[in-house]
Amino acid sequence: MKNIDANGHVRGESLFIDDILTKQHSLHAVVFCSDIAHANNLSLDISKAQELTGVEKVIVAKDIPGENQIGGILLDEHLLAEDEIHFQGMPLAIVVAESQFIAKQARKLIKVNYNELPIITTAKQAHIKKHYINPARSFQAGKVNEAFTKCKYVFSDETFSNGQEHLYLETQGAYAEKMENGCIKLMSSTQGPTVVQRIAARVLGVPMHKIEVDVTRLGGGFGGKEDQATPWACMVALATHMLNKPVKLVLDRHDDLKMTGKRHPYESTFKIGLDEGFKIKAFEVEFLQNSGAAADLSPAIAERTLFHATNSYFIPNVKTIVHSCKTNLPPNTAFRGFGGPQGKYVIESAIAKAATELNVPAWKIQQANLLQENDKFYYGQKAEKVEANNTWIQLDKAININQVEQEIQAFNVSNQQHKKGMAVMPICFGISFTNTPMNHARALVHIYQDGSVGISTGAVEMGQSVNTKMLQVAQQIFSINADLLKLETTNTTRVANTSPTAASATADLNGKALMKACNALVKRLKYVAAEELSVGIDTIKLINNWVYINNEKTALNWKELIFKAFWKRICLTENAHYATPIINFDKGKEKGHPFAYHVYGTALIQTTVDCLRGTYQIDRVDIVHDFGKSMNLGVDLGQVEGALAQGVGWMTMEEIAYNDDGRLLSNTLSTYKIPDVFSVAKEIRVIPLETEGNDMAILKSKAVGEPPLMYGIGVYFALANAIKAFNPDYKIKFHSPMTPEKVLMGLYEETT
Amino acid sequence: MIEFILNDKKIKTDANKSMTLVDFIRENRSLKGTKIVCREGDCGACTVMVGELSDDKESIKYHSITSCISPLANAKGKHVVTVEGLNIGNKLNKIQQSIKDNYASQCGFCTPGFVVAMANYCLNDNSKTEQQMLDAISGNICRCTGYVSIINAAKELVENSKHKGQKFTLQQLVNQGFIPEYFINILDRLVAIKKEHFVEGETIIAGGTDLYVQKADELVQASKLRYITLEQGQSVVVEDNRFSISGIATVSDLFENQELNKRIPHLQDYLRLLSSEVIRNMATIAGNFVNASPIGDMSAFFLALDATLLIAKRNETRQVKLKDFFLDYKKTDLSESESIAKLWFNLPSNNCFFNFEKVSKREHLDIATVNTAIHIEIDNENRVVVCDLSVGGVAAIPLYLKQTCLFLLNKKISNKLIKEMMEVMNKEIFPISDVRGSSDYKRLLANQLVKAHFIKLFPRIVKFGEVA
Ligand code: FES
Ligand code: FES
Repeated sequence: MKNIDANGHVRGESLFIDDILTKQHSLHAVVFCSDIAHANNLSLDISKAQELTGVEKVIVAKDIPGENQIGGILLDEHLLAEDEIHFQGMPLAIVVAESQFIAKQARKLIKVNYNELPIITTAKQAHIKKHYINPARSFQAGKVNEAFTKCKYVFSDETFSNGQEHLYLETQGAYAEKMENGCIKLMSSTQGPTVVQRIAARVLGVPMHKIEVDVTRLGGGFGGKEDQATPWACMVALATHMLNKPVKLVLDRHDDLKMTGKRHPYESTFKIGLDEGFKIKAFEVEFLQNSGAAADLSPAIAERTLFHATNSYFIPNVKTIVHSCKTNLPPNTAFRGFGGPQGKYVIESAIAKAATELNVPAWKIQQANLLQENDKFYYGQKAEKVEANNTWIQLDKAININQVEQEIQAFNVSNQQHKKGMAVMPICFGISFTNTPMNHARALVHIYQDGSVGISTGAVEMGQSVNTKMLQVAQQIFSINADLLKLETTNTTRVANTSPTAASATADLNGKALMKACNALVKRLKYVAAEELSVGIDTIKLINNWVYINNEKTALNWKELIFKAFWKRICLTENAHYATPIINFDKGKEKGHPFAYHVYGTALIQTTVDCLRGTYQIDRVDIVHDFGKSMNLGVDLGQVEGALAQGVGWMTMEEIAYNDDGRLLSNTLSTYKIPDVFSVAKEIRVIPLETEGNDMAILKSKAVGEPPLMYGIGVYFALANAIKAFNPDYKIKFHSPMTPEKVLMGLYEETT
Repeated sequence: MIEFILNDKKIKTDANKSMTLVDFIRENRSLKGTKIVCREGDCGACTVMVGELSDDKESIKYHSITSCISPLANAKGKHVVTVEGLNIGNKLNKIQQSIKDNYASQCGFCTPGFVVAMANYCLNDNSKTEQQMLDAISGNICRCTGYVSIINAAKELVENSKHKGQKFTLQQLVNQGFIPEYFINILDRLVAIKKEHFVEGETIIAGGTDLYVQKADELVQASKLRYITLEQGQSVVVEDNRFSISGIATVSDLFENQELNKRIPHLQDYLRLLSSEVIRNMATIAGNFVNASPIGDMSAFFLALDATLLIAKRNETRQVKLKDFFLDYKKTDLSESESIAKLWFNLPSNNCFFNFEKVSKREHLDIATVNTAIHIEIDNENRVVVCDLSVGGVAAIPLYLKQTCLFLLNKKISNKLIKEMMEVMNKEIFPISDVRGSSDYKRLLANQLVKAHFIKLFPRIVKFGEVA
């Protein structure tokens, strides 16, 4: 089935926040933010701005009726600065005016006074000063210190992986309307409607039932709208609450880039120990996460880094620790992979380090250490239905890794100006929110008396086609035409207390709830049909819009059946709840079974470097990916391709730059480059692994959103190998992204 | 008062001419299909097609532009087409169907821009190659799909829009379901709209590609803006043994000029590197100079052609060499009331070589970290007879490497000479560290790219292995 939103998208008819036709008398808000990164004794002079014609109000912290607190995991973040400023881009005031243009003019008239304080921008600086968000987390298995003493080879080094801007094409935004009795309806571009509802209620000091959050769709989220869609929604709620008029706030790109957090940069140190057969016996990492100025989701992201620190490898002795370091950057946040990519980058660096030192291809070490069935992950979960080897073997069958390596060597011998490099990138990614209590969802299904169906779930559509998958689930169970089914907006009054659309788990959780709801309805309908046709209920089947008795078609079709049920006063609405079974995690012991299942895959990446100019291209990427039994291969392939491009971008051209004052330098689309149509690998082949699928996944179709992003990590190492082929003196730095600058400098660096 | 046709509707508006076209479309006309992502011409989400009458008023030539950095004024007398204007009843047109069938739309935010850009391709290209299709969508960014599905849709369209090697007529395009029927009558309707004329005494905003990026808000407020309506064609001519290019010529004008392409082989490859088709359609050469960016690609390009500018102030004109035009960071030898009317350069002779090199973080459509161009002529003994060499990104202004050029003159090209030349050049450049790269990197890169000229142009003499 094609993306059910496609028609609206291609015709320009799909509605995003900024496309809603605003009501008469709607006001427009812009955010006035800090231009310095750290200060106290803040005072604002808003008098000039207030006086400008067309300005309704400039809202500051003291206007907030409820709590000036938007923190989720920790209560450590103000909606609007009070006395202290913690990062450049921190919201200080909201200017509300008749038009966005006037609001922007007024914003320039606000004057700020403060007492500037010294700042910290890197995780390492914060670590030295013991400036943390929360206490460190540490996972262990086996006896690491002892194991290292027995290792034949031990290597250590440092790594850095940079942040990444989400660059969802639709910027952050929200539109609020006042309803009667002090209620507010919020239209928000958020992955977490309930988060927005909860925090807005807190800010306004009203119960949650006064706030309705409605989400039609997002123009991309990628994690950037999991927690960070909240402030803007709270701001319009606040303005509407105070001014009694609808208020719209859509950030322009500059404001969005400046005010919102990104993927966390990590600085890490590792130590890896191997035996003579290249088996990794011991691994130790200290991760320094640059969390930015407030917790946001950092602690949860840090946790996932630990879960994925060993990627697809079995290592008997592991010790990892992560510090969430508090700095004066915008609070960093969720981004596809959620700390997983940062974890994997370090273990892959460690393997690359060992490979360089031992002068063997990294893939030989990778292959020697792949997880096997019934191995234990170092956080205690038993590895079941492991596909690490299978995906590797299938890939090898499809392309012959060894042969590719030889061809590359031959190419490099006969070419001076161009050198090729390759890398294999296996992935293993756990599916479930690592915070077990979040793994639940609900669905609400109405069958209307004419036979058409409205479906509500807690899933937010943001391009991943979750609505298409939900529709497929319902269609399969009801066995009716797709045009009878409609996916409703995601709305907190229909489906409450939802977990955000995140962790790749949304289709699983909401799909399972939807299955339950549809099955319950089918059961009731079968009862009606059986009564109507005077047969036993077990003989009734619903097939392609018709009622069947066993395998015989009857004269009763879906529409009539529904109408009959309606007249019999049968309930045609069902609400169902699903909570993932089995999973658990003990944060005291840091052991448990946190994931419903894992997703596996292996990629081979080939690159060519122009050794004259330091430019490069990705020649081809071959991937064997474990989709389970994909319920929509077109959609799922799109997720792999899109995630791969993001992973490649993260590892190559996407370079976030802050200066020492904490000012974002890569603050436009002309200074922050994401992949374009020319930067795609010349050839991409994605081969689905044939498997039985997993029962914990929706229709056995495994989660696909995040895992493939991590194939992109291989590009870093493929490029490093190409550089090495040109310059034997090159010392790989484990400092991503691998920009053309790093490539050229690497090509011509000399041993020091 | 501005008159034009928006989709199938005639518009007569006294809205502020300086407002961006996208704001007019979205806010004044409530057509929300055209999206805003960056407002700086870097994403293509706001792409619209603009059709204008050919000189003989017999046909309409369509091109795509980014409506976020184009003033409403530029729509005057034209046919502006948004994604809504491509819808055919309740059906999907061929382009829309391809995108849907190939799963080339995920979140959908980039999609209208792609639809319009692809439609423009279908309306235009005769030869219908995949390269042209990629050019057509080169200015469109998508964050969801990774482009694979979009490229698949594009390839399918390239196939479907071929008609026995010929361009489809408008009527055929309508019959085939590419565009809606109303396109047929646009020609007559445009002819009927009388074009307004250029009013003197205001500031020039030509394509506006950079000005709107820098200060769109101020432009909307400014009262005395003057516009040159951008019209394509006729702005590049050969006269008196030299190329003469009008100040309002767009990059596309260069791209399409046959004579220029003959004299400067690979011209299109160079221009492709520097901007997407949507921007090429709007960006003027003069704008690139006036903006005085130290890394302006056009500046580097024309410095190496040793171009001369004709600067006009009311009825007076004066000439200045481009290499003397840039004074300091973002400062030029142009007073407020002056504008660049023309530039010219001598026809490169047949023994001449030209090359342009550029490296940026992203290979295409990115501001250069360093760029450089060379124009060189050698005699039978490989002695340098003429040499003009420019480098951008290594000083406050785009540099004409005077000393380096002098050094090369009358010397025989050899690997050794190239190495010696680097020493001279390194004294002429002063890169600084910024978001595009460290000064060390820029210096090394400038060296490499200048070597690249010689390796590329004189492969038998200059060897990568010897000079790199
Ligand atoms: S909005 Fe990005 S190019 Fe116009
Ligand atoms: S489909 Fe989301 S940006 Fe292209």
